[in-house]
Amino acid sequence: MHSAHIRFKSIEASDPQLSATSASALAEVLALLAAWLVVGLAGLVRPGSLRFAGRTLFPLGALVSVAIAVVAAANLGAAPTRVVLPFGLPDLPMHLRLDPLSGIFLVLLGAASAGISVFAAGYFRSGEGTPPGLLCFQYHVFLASMGLVLLADDAYAFMIAWETMALSSYFLVIAQHRIAEIRRAGYLYLVMAHVGALAILLCFGVLQGGSWQFTFDAMRGAHLPPAWAGAAFLLALAGFGAKGGLVPLHAWLPEAHPAAPSPVSALLSGVMLKMAVYGLLRVAFDLIGGLPWWWGLVPVALGLFSALYGIAFAAAQTDMKRLLAYSSIENLGLLFTGIGLAMVFRGASMPTFAALALVAVLYHAINHAFMKSLLFLGTGAVLHSTGERNLGRLGGLIHRMPWVAWLTLVGALAIAGLPPLNGFVSEWLLLQAFLASHAVPYPFVNMLLPLGLGLVALIAALAGYVMVKFFGVVFLGRAREAALADAHDAGFAERLGLGWLALGCVLLGLLPAAVVPVLAGVAQWLGVGALPRPAAGWWMLVPLDARQASYAAPVIAATLFAAVAATSFVLRLVYRRRVRLAEPWACGGAGLSGRTQDTAEGFGQPIRHLFAPFFAMRRALPSPFDAEPRYEVTIGDRFWNVLYAPLAPLTDRVAGALAALQRGRIATFLLYALVTLCLLLALVLVL
Amino acid sequence: MRPIDWFTQALAVAVALAAAPLFLGWVNQCRAWLQNRRAASLWQPYLGLRKLLHKDPVIAREASPLFRAAPYVVFAAMLAAAAVIPSMGTRLPMGAAADAIVLVGLFATARVFLALAAMDVGTPFGTLGARREMMVGFLAEPALLMVVFVASLISATTALPVISEHLALRPLELSPSLAFTGVAFTMVLLAENARIPIDNPATHLELTMIHEAMVLEYSGRHLALMEFAASLKLLNYACIGFALFLPWGSATGRSGPLALALALPALGAKLALAGAALATIETVSAKLRVFRAPEFLATAFLLAVLGMLVHLLLGD
Repeated sequence: MHSAHIRFKSIEASDPQLSATSASALAEVLALLAAWLVVGLAGLVRPGSLRFAGRTLFPLGALVSVAIAVVAAANLGAAPTRVVLPFGLPDLPMHLRLDPLSGIFLVLLGAASAGISVFAAGYFRSGEGTPPGLLCFQYHVFLASMGLVLLADDAYAFMIAWETMALSSYFLVIAQHRIAEIRRAGYLYLVMAHVGALAILLCFGVLQGGSWQFTFDAMRGAHLPPAWAGAAFLLALAGFGAKGGLVPLHAWLPEAHPAAPSPVSALLSGVMLKMAVYGLLRVAFDLIGGLPWWWGLVPVALGLFSALYGIAFAAAQTDMKRLLAYSSIENLGLLFTGIGLAMVFRGASMPTFAALALVAVLYHAINHAFMKSLLFLGTGAVLHSTGERNLGRLGGLIHRMPWVAWLTLVGALAIAGLPPLNGFVSEWLLLQAFLASHAVPYPFVNMLLPLGLGLVALIAALAGYVMVKFFGVVFLGRAREAALADAHDAGFAERLGLGWLALGCVLLGLLPAAVVPVLAGVAQWLGVGALPRPAAGWWMLVPLDARQASYAAPVIAATLFAAVAATSFVLRLVYRRRVRLAEPWACGGAGLSGRTQDTAEGFGQPIRHLFAPFFAMRRALPSPFDAEPRYEVTIGDRFWNVLYAPLAPLTDRVAGALAALQRGRIATFLLYALVTLCLLLALVLVL
Repeated sequence: MRPIDWFTQALAVAVALAAAPLFLGWVNQCRAWLQNRRAASLWQPYLGLRKLLHKDPVIAREASPLFRAAPYVVFAAMLAAAAVIPSMGTRLPMGAAADAIVLVGLFATARVFLALAAMDVGTPFGTLGARREMMVGFLAEPALLMVVFVASLISATTALPVISEHLALRPLELSPSLAFTGVAFTMVLLAENARIPIDNPATHLELTMIHEAMVLEYSGRHLALMEFAASLKLLNYACIGFALFLPWGSATGRSGPLALALALPALGAKLALAGAALATIETVSAKLRVFRAPEFLATAFLLAVLGMLVHLLLGD
């Protein structure tokens, strides 16, 4: 197993030319990950220097990101290549592999993090918290560890990368560690990350199936009985669900993501959550064999519930970053739903639809990486310029920060699922997959699954509601505070980062016909099934059959553009009327101010009313006789009260009971060791 | 695509543009007659548009470019929607570019821009109207999608022209699932087009309005576009209803100019009938309190879900 030199092997490739190129691809990706580490380490040379980190290191990191995306994209069609690195414990070298599934997520990682790094170059300021150089180190270690998660080909490498990812992101979350709330959010994040990691570790333990070989190849070869396969899948769902904010394991997400600095929030929500999607895809479609089809119903049900729960909470939020974090729970819920749907279709021998569902998942994962990163960076720019996260103190920023406002609008419209932007495409694909669910050959399931269509439609419509609230309250209307008059637009690097992500949203929206075949190739490589490739132009997306469904995003965009242009041309030319400016109508009252507008609480009221059972709501209403009337409403999470709140005292009590063991005398501890040894010997004798 | 298909396409858009205000005028006329009032002329909406176009638009100082762009976007979305709805012929070249889900997406785009524009100036009524419009929309949109999905399941496609053709050519029978979804669709149509019982298009009574509250700050050509878009939306909804529930009479398959020539009066007859029915519904029902609107829409949503369940159970 040991070898002094690193061997690159290409498997399943008959063409030596092909294998040569793809083997070098893995080497290139590894070199680029190492480059990220070097950039990060360079930050430690002068940890206090903001100029060095901002002007030099973050742009370099962005270049590496672009390179990774390009290398991974160029090798998506190539056969898997692997390498064994002689690192780690004795006899346990690191197995790494680049295959189409990891490749597509590497593209996502590189493309999204490029925009985020460019933004970060202009974002971090000196002040309290972690010094910029150290932050730069943690940031790039975080990026490299995510790359390693995608390349890992054995359980040890995967867990090491996964833990590095959790720890580096923990330090990034608590960058402002002088604030107690942020330390608390970070602690919660760390605990939940480890609960999840434990479940994943156990999942790998089950997957090795008695061979005690922890390479992924051994797991692929192990034939588990259905019950054990089910157990492994549930553990994977719990572990990756905890990372992906699947309800009820979501409580940490709306605490931790907003606590981090905005570029880190963008990385957490936009990119790291996709590692959970990758992990579940890897386990469910690659590693586990012989999983009964009905296990797919579990992620469908949990995902749909998560999505509805997340978006309802997003509508009720008054903090812009928490709103976005809850929206991430919604989007991850949709992704888990799609994964479950693909599993059901695969089990039902409907390979085409399984591939369609999987393509929808991959497309939405990429879309969400762009959209959510864009929105989080937008809030970061607002936060920098105003110091406010509270929606009740913002407003009217489109006049002060036009660049940020218009670019954020692209992200908001995209995530609201409006054509011709990208969020609509993946939603459309998911709905198309769901439409086939009435044909699965299982009674009851074939009636229950199509009702998911209604839920997906409801969730998508609610996403529109939430985004109108988000954009309208932050950027439109009047400033709710006098201090907002001093708000300034983002700097050049920040605009560039936002622009990159917005461009991604637009292109992914306009060219789905170019992207879908690539994703279908990944799905086909996973052995799920193939999508037919009808003869349609580059402008026309035809996933199955032209008669069944088609969508031509460029045509729709061109139609909208032509209609706008023609209308404004005709109206201006025929009726030459000049626009006059005046005061808006003040309802006959005395003047309007920032306080005569609807608030974020008000905008969320219909949702709070309609989804009342979700919310643990406390309201204090003013009486008509109050001299200083106060209205207060707090929205709590029922799962927090039921699941998490009792855990803390329980942990304390267990820890207290265990403390009785600690007498503080060496003789006692030696006795424990002796007793344990005797017990183990007895166990060995009995077995 | 044959030349006549492109002609059908052009005709569909032209007819939609010409007929939208006329249809609104007809609904208003019927309503006036039913309520024992003297009706305004059938051409009144045109006169209203003409008047608005001849005025200078007055815009609030606080308005952003979004406020001025929104009427064009809303109007363009409605126009694009009109191009993909098979109102007269099912062989539409644009029909392949956008299926029924995209159509619902176009309506959503128009709604979001309308709501954003309403929030732009920061007047109390604008934001209030935006909130209410989004409240109506987030329940009406899934209900409409479910209606479309039931028809999609019946005809195994989401392309609206193909659905319409399939429904028109199959033997005439009462299908329970379409009956449920028909009721749901009517409720969505009322809610989405600001009609009684959700909103009152004739009111400026401040606390009850939704649509009028949103366009309160508009004037001149911007208001004209918003009004035109609203009437186009009503016509679009009516034509979606015809495509799903009254598909007979429009030119299907590889039919020639004669079928198209017959489709025009057929559309006129359907619109006349639908307008009278809409006026009747509005006259005999009372406006709901805003708080009750979600219940009304939830009912529509559940009816559509029920329609799907009935279809899955009976397979009709």
